[in-house]
Amino acid sequence: MRKVGIAGVGHTKFGRAEVSLVDMLALAALEALDDAGIKTTEGHGVDQVFVASMGAGLLNRQSSVASALVDTLNLQPAMAETVENGPASGASAVKLGYMAIASGMCDVVLVVGGELMRVVTGWEATDFVATMLHPDAEYAYGLTLPAFAGMFTRLYMDKYGVTEKDLARVAVKNHEHAMHNPVAHIQLVPSFHAIIEDEDAHVINPYVAEPLRVYDVCPVSDGAAALVLCAMELADRFPKRPVRIAGIGQATDTHVVAERDVPTDLLAVRLAAQRAFAMAGLRPEDIDVAELHDAFTILEIAISEEAGLFPRGEGHLAARRGETRVGGRIPINTSGGLKAKGHPLGATGVSQIVELVRQLRGEAGGRQVEGARHGLAVNFGGFGNNVVTTIVSREE
Amino acid sequence: MIVDKLEQSLRPPETAMPPYPPKYITLASGEKMVVHQAGREDVPRLLEAIRPLITVEKDFYDIVAARFYAELLGYQRYRVKDEYVLVGTIDGVIVGVVNGRMVDDKVGMSYHTVAIKRGLRIGAQLFAAKMEYHMDYLGQQEVLIVAESPIGYRRWMIEYELESRPSTWHELGGVPTHVLTKALWEKHKPMKCTGRRPVPEEMLEAAKKLILPSEYPQIPGFKR
Repeated sequence: MRKVGIAGVGHTKFGRAEVSLVDMLALAALEALDDAGIKTTEGHGVDQVFVASMGAGLLNRQSSVASALVDTLNLQPAMAETVENGPASGASAVKLGYMAIASGMCDVVLVVGGELMRVVTGWEATDFVATMLHPDAEYAYGLTLPAFAGMFTRLYMDKYGVTEKDLARVAVKNHEHAMHNPVAHIQLVPSFHAIIEDEDAHVINPYVAEPLRVYDVCPVSDGAAALVLCAMELADRFPKRPVRIAGIGQATDTHVVAERDVPTDLLAVRLAAQRAFAMAGLRPEDIDVAELHDAFTILEIAISEEAGLFPRGEGHLAARRGETRVGGRIPINTSGGLKAKGHPLGATGVSQIVELVRQLRGEAGGRQVEGARHGLAVNFGGFGNNVVTTIVSREE
Repeated sequence: MIVDKLEQSLRPPETAMPPYPPKYITLASGEKMVVHQAGREDVPRLLEAIRPLITVEKDFYDIVAARFYAELLGYQRYRVKDEYVLVGTIDGVIVGVVNGRMVDDKVGMSYHTVAIKRGLRIGAQLFAAKMEYHMDYLGQQEVLIVAESPIGYRRWMIEYELESRPSTWHELGGVPTHVLTKALWEKHKPMKCTGRRPVPEEMLEAAKKLILPSEYPQIPGFKR
């Protein structure tokens, strides 16, 4: 297989978009193409476009988004497909782009992820996301992702001693990181004391799905992110040395969460990470920076353990010690994570890798992890039933 | 002088209303927001605070701000019966304003809620303070409420589970009326309304300065 790299990155400001879905995707794509030095004129060289979106059809009444994007960008006759894999759609699209190049079928692939979610209310968005749950065993009973996360958190607390303060610590850290990320949705640092200790905390940071509070849950965001993938052998064509995709792993778990042997285990995360590390020839201790799918603060802790960054049950202890913040041993969610940067579903997996590329290029500004060489992203679909892990490496 | 007498005759009779005791709330940012009652002498300053928002179409700030502006004038000029205004400040800077009035001793009417600073649930806190005034200090049984923006609809009608009563007329016009009953207030108050009293003297003095905001997140590039 050919080696594959990332030659360009683009990212819209997450939050509330004032443009259509396709225009928003195009904005991210154009930034990535520009970053890769590709002009959208004849001979652009883009062989394939993958667009990741979970909700275009349901939320925006638009299907075949990839075809529309190719036309908007004037990238014909590039091949085009829309990829839907729940909240892991973004990383799945990157995986498909990787496969297209590694197989020799393509040389350059544009991967764009995006979601326009704020066209509906928060409740409607929550319901839309819940459509990925089992229709008879879960959705029909009113289960939602926050509800699952709440139950998962309670079990985790009982089993490993995680506290609400540990969760708040993760939230504050990620909001602090987001302050250095101009494309982050939330540009506000909550006070740890105010959201968890103050006597007004029950009102200004109320429970959403006990024990998870407002500041434990990601916002509903619009946004898009884009990558230009290329064959590493063509690296000299591009203005910046491509960051190599060193490993990709994916795994699935039971659709019905109740059918899992140990409900606090995220088996798909563990397997996806193991596969990615094996492919990359790296170990968890080689990772310098990680973007983990913190749709809920507990997930950052749990995923960090399943991915092997910390022993099981010790992710929250590492956060307490400050090991997961910029300047710590293994900074996590330097972009602000889903928690503060935002979580436009289809964009998230792509956005995580955009952040890692910026880190590995040394372009992350105030949130830069010095000397970062290997980055890890975990994009989590369903309640852990379809997970994609990507490892990127800087090659000298 | 005859003109003055005529003007006096236009003023509605005033009902003695107990004052809203000031309180302060710790916001998520750690900042302390003081909520206190504004008087007629404060209206010119509040008008200046509201005025820039009259042109902001996003999130229906325009209609809310324009109506609030008129209501503030109505209060200042004695053209509305039993109106009150509560203001939220952080370090003396105005971050939000709410108003309403007594219809009679049992029924209150909520007018408007404007959050100038965003992202800290200031509007939600000020709305709760307004309901607290009607229910716990004016001793009313219900408050008539309408919403002019989807944000307001979500925050009040849905989160407080307000009773729909479209047959009851609200002075803001043809928007469907919803009602906060005493029972609904008691149900939601513990999770919606907070704050501490008394406000430390120094904090209250700062609040009364009513400093105009220098920035409006709704108006990129605005500088006062």
